[in-house]
Amino acid sequence: MSEFTSESSAPSAASAPTGQPNRLPTGGRIDRSVTLRATVDGVELTGHPGDTVASALIANGRLEVAPSIYRRRPRGIVAAGVEEPNALLQLAGGRPGDSAEPMLPATVVELFDGLSAETLSGVGRLDPGTDEARHDKKFVHTDVLVVGAGPAGLAAALAASAGGARVLLVDEQPELGGQLLAERNPALADWVAGAAAELAARPEVRVLRRSTAFSVAANYVLVAERRTDHLGAAAPAEVSRQRLWHVRAKRIVLAAGAHERPMVFADNDRPGIMLAGAVRTYLNRYGVLPGRRAVLLTTNDSAYDTALDLRAAGAEVAALVDTRPEPPAELVERVGAAGIEVIAGAVVTGTGARDGAGRIGRVRLDNGRELGCDLLASSGGWNPVVHLFSQARGTLRWEDERAAFVPAAQLDALRVVGAANGTADLAACLAEGADAGVEAAAGSGYPGARPELPAVPVRHPAPDRPVWLVPGEGEPGGWRDHFVDLQRDATVADVWRATGAGMRSVEHIKRYTTIGTGQDQGRTSGVVANGVIAAALGLASPGELGTTTFRAPYTPVSFALMAGRNRGELHDPVRTTAVHPWHVAAGAEFENVGQWKRPWYYPRDGEDLHAAVLRECRAARTGVGMMDATTLGKIDIRGRDAGEFLNRIYTNAFAKLKVGSARYGVMCKADGMVFDDGVTIRLAEDHFYLTTTTGNAAAVLDWLEEWSQTEWPELDVTFTSVTEQWVTIAVVGPQSRAVVSAVAPELACSAEEFPFMTVRDAVLSNGVPARIARVSFSGELAYEINVASWHGLSTWETVFAAGQPYGITPYGTETMHVLRAEKGFPIVGQDTDGTVTPEDLGMSWIVSTRKDFVGRRSLARPDTVRTDRKHLVGLLPVDPGALLPEGVQLVAEGVPITPEVGPVPMLGHVTSSYHSAALERTFALALIKNGRHRIGETVLAPLGDRTIAATVTEPVFYDKEGARRDG
Amino acid sequence: MLLISCPWCGPREETEFHYGGQAHVAYPANPLELDDATWAEYLFVRDNTKGPYAERWVHSAGCRRWFNVVRDTVTSEILAVYRTGEQRPVTA
Repeated sequence: MSEFTSESSAPSAASAPTGQPNRLPTGGRIDRSVTLRATVDGVELTGHPGDTVASALIANGRLEVAPSIYRRRPRGIVAAGVEEPNALLQLAGGRPGDSAEPMLPATVVELFDGLSAETLSGVGRLDPGTDEARHDKKFVHTDVLVVGAGPAGLAAALAASAGGARVLLVDEQPELGGQLLAERNPALADWVAGAAAELAARPEVRVLRRSTAFSVAANYVLVAERRTDHLGAAAPAEVSRQRLWHVRAKRIVLAAGAHERPMVFADNDRPGIMLAGAVRTYLNRYGVLPGRRAVLLTTNDSAYDTALDLRAAGAEVAALVDTRPEPPAELVERVGAAGIEVIAGAVVTGTGARDGAGRIGRVRLDNGRELGCDLLASSGGWNPVVHLFSQARGTLRWEDERAAFVPAAQLDALRVVGAANGTADLAACLAEGADAGVEAAAGSGYPGARPELPAVPVRHPAPDRPVWLVPGEGEPGGWRDHFVDLQRDATVADVWRATGAGMRSVEHIKRYTTIGTGQDQGRTSGVVANGVIAAALGLASPGELGTTTFRAPYTPVSFALMAGRNRGELHDPVRTTAVHPWHVAAGAEFENVGQWKRPWYYPRDGEDLHAAVLRECRAARTGVGMMDATTLGKIDIRGRDAGEFLNRIYTNAFAKLKVGSARYGVMCKADGMVFDDGVTIRLAEDHFYLTTTTGNAAAVLDWLEEWSQTEWPELDVTFTSVTEQWVTIAVVGPQSRAVVSAVAPELACSAEEFPFMTVRDAVLSNGVPARIARVSFSGELAYEINVASWHGLSTWETVFAAGQPYGITPYGTETMHVLRAEKGFPIVGQDTDGTVTPEDLGMSWIVSTRKDFVGRRSLARPDTVRTDRKHLVGLLPVDPGALLPEGVQLVAEGVPITPEVGPVPMLGHVTSSYHSAALERTFALALIKNGRHRIGETVLAPLGDRTIAATVTEPVFYDKEGARRDG
Repeated sequence: MLLISCPWCGPREETEFHYGGQAHVAYPANPLELDDATWAEYLFVRDNTKGPYAERWVHSAGCRRWFNVVRDTVTSEILAVYRTGEQRPVTA
């Protein structure tokens, strides 16, 4: 049960006259003991708990809302539910910090004390402020989900829950009952109350009111529950505003009801033209009188009840116009007894205004009669609410007798019942619901039982006689006041223009005319448009056209609800290393690498990125630098066949790698394109420690698992991610040996005793055991110190202290990128893009020809053996101070770059570009077609306002001989 | 969103899994002996079935195990779940 009801809102006590001229003296499901005050369009009004904004407006004598979107025609309230096309609100936030909500139908917004809103002309405004309201998510499993708590849904929920099945009943209204809330028969109200009490008493039943099931896919349903929207300022601060329920149900019963259709005739959009069923709801549920003298217009039986209820409420009924030449005699007799004239076989052809505000004043019939009125209550038939059924892939068929699309066949685990199934008679709706509930319980493994149903007479509704288009004057192409979609101001003339342009499909015509694309998604206009299109195309039935596709959400859902708590710092996890607090204290600027926060550079007083990076690079090349390399992916690999496995994954050989040694490796996907690279250490015969690029750690682990599990299950090898378990500190530069010697006093650090690409275990001066590798991503003498993450910060501090005599300089990712680029080391994902082979990178030396590996066969495909593929090469801008923007396209010299002579052939693009302290100039890496055969050529980077010329070079700019790595 | 029964962990939300494409497409025993067309067939060509389709999934956010699923590509109904290396079961 939803815990928060309008009864708990803080009312202003009042027993004084309400000042509501159209409030009926008695009746309605409102609490007259409490008066609520609200402001709509700057005018104050009063109402009662149980009112919507729309019913309160009507009670206060205001049917008119903002004018229409394009034509600025006067418009009024049409409906009493989510199908309302005209009365849309911009609703101010109910409590401080709540955003204003645009485009809410006044017919569903519950009145609360202090409510402030304005009516909209079809367009709302997003609140530019930050929405402070909280939204939550729930995930639940249930045996039976019942959508809709009208007669069929209540019967289904009672039947399904009778034997202990878990049942979830959701309904968009604040109280249960659906269409029964609009009935005058007290026995029905009693049954609803009894059903609600019974359901509340059953422990396995949960009822969600103010909750809309808006999306269905198989057995998975999303429900938006509005918890505090109706409470205004009285909403408890600790309760989230709305909740998104993710529901898994074994069985689903859809009892979503039906929406009434308007009719299309000249000037059918005036205030005072309403749906007949809505008029009945306003009379009986809200106790308000929308008009004093009504004309009814109908194609079916349902409007006769409205006529009788209007009379009972004291309104005059000028006539009931029925399109059927021979309406059921029993109905004619019943309304006749109430003094209501039935005009059979007739239709309204047009309307006239009563006053300057445009409110309806009279109607004209096709038999020439004119009738004065201030209300035209029309029923053009009923559309079953098949949205969720269709989302669940249920198919529809056209039912002539009801003139509507109805479910063609039930689905296995989802039943449609009641008015949603095209059933018009109340007794039949109740019975269908009860049967479906019993069946749903059985389908989920529980007994069900038919509940006691209210005694209502069985009626057999006579067939509809739809009139889709009432002719006006002249040709249909000129009928610009015959409205099809009130919210989009689309008319019969628009439909004719679309069909005249050759369109035949409702999907095309919908997009061309915009019919059905408003906030209401064509709830009142969709099938009406079908009827008009069928008339335009000369089709026998609107059913021949089919429907447009029903997509989620059924009614609008806010992004804030979708996001829930996953906003701000909870939007995405943030990963930091154990050394992070030190980086923050040192004033580092950070960059996001995947979810990691990595130090980008460490500016000193007044330094910008450029100055800081030049200083950091100089330190690493001439003294010593240190970098937090913890974010590299790390995978611990164990098993008898671990070496053989890596041999099959990497392009180069790993099976014979010596224990205690490290090797750089490249792995490809099966298509031969470079996927990842990194250094792998052999710790024991059956134990490896593999590193990946920072952004690819999870993907590489998945890749290894995939081959291990699906292709080579016979190999004994397992994988464990240890990225979080190790902190890695790179100590880089000519003075790094001195620093590492000081940090690891027991370790022999000479080039002979601790050669390049080997690994040593050592105990550091702070007592922490470490694994130290001699690897280099800069070309300089360098060490990577790995310690357990617990000791990461203290070890970083120890290294930093030990480096002080040498001026050790912490550096970030930008300096790392410059140092590696000076050496021509590519970064996978920056200098490659999934279309680059090892050969393209100039790394054929790493590709074994003596073994198979994943991707090898692809390196012999006709496309990969071409010698003019894009190659990774270096670029030196002719102007040594000019920096090429990364990503910029490159063209050959002499190529015209004008719109007239196009397209411009592109040679490739810049992948990395930096200022180099060591080179004292700018440089770049680029992927260029046939690049290795263009060394020495000039290419151009057109930048719009200027062009940078650059010379193609080898990709290694610094220490080509590799003389520096041993210090 | 699908509810997928991992053969090791039981029914879990689709968001815990990654999709792995068509099942039962074995890595060729001797790729280097294949001609270009046959290798390209392995690399690039997969069935595009309307109806029951055997496909691979991996329980990435759970046990990290790969397994096979027969799913109807029209309705997304999961007709069978079975372990890697097992035969595709007969489904209706």
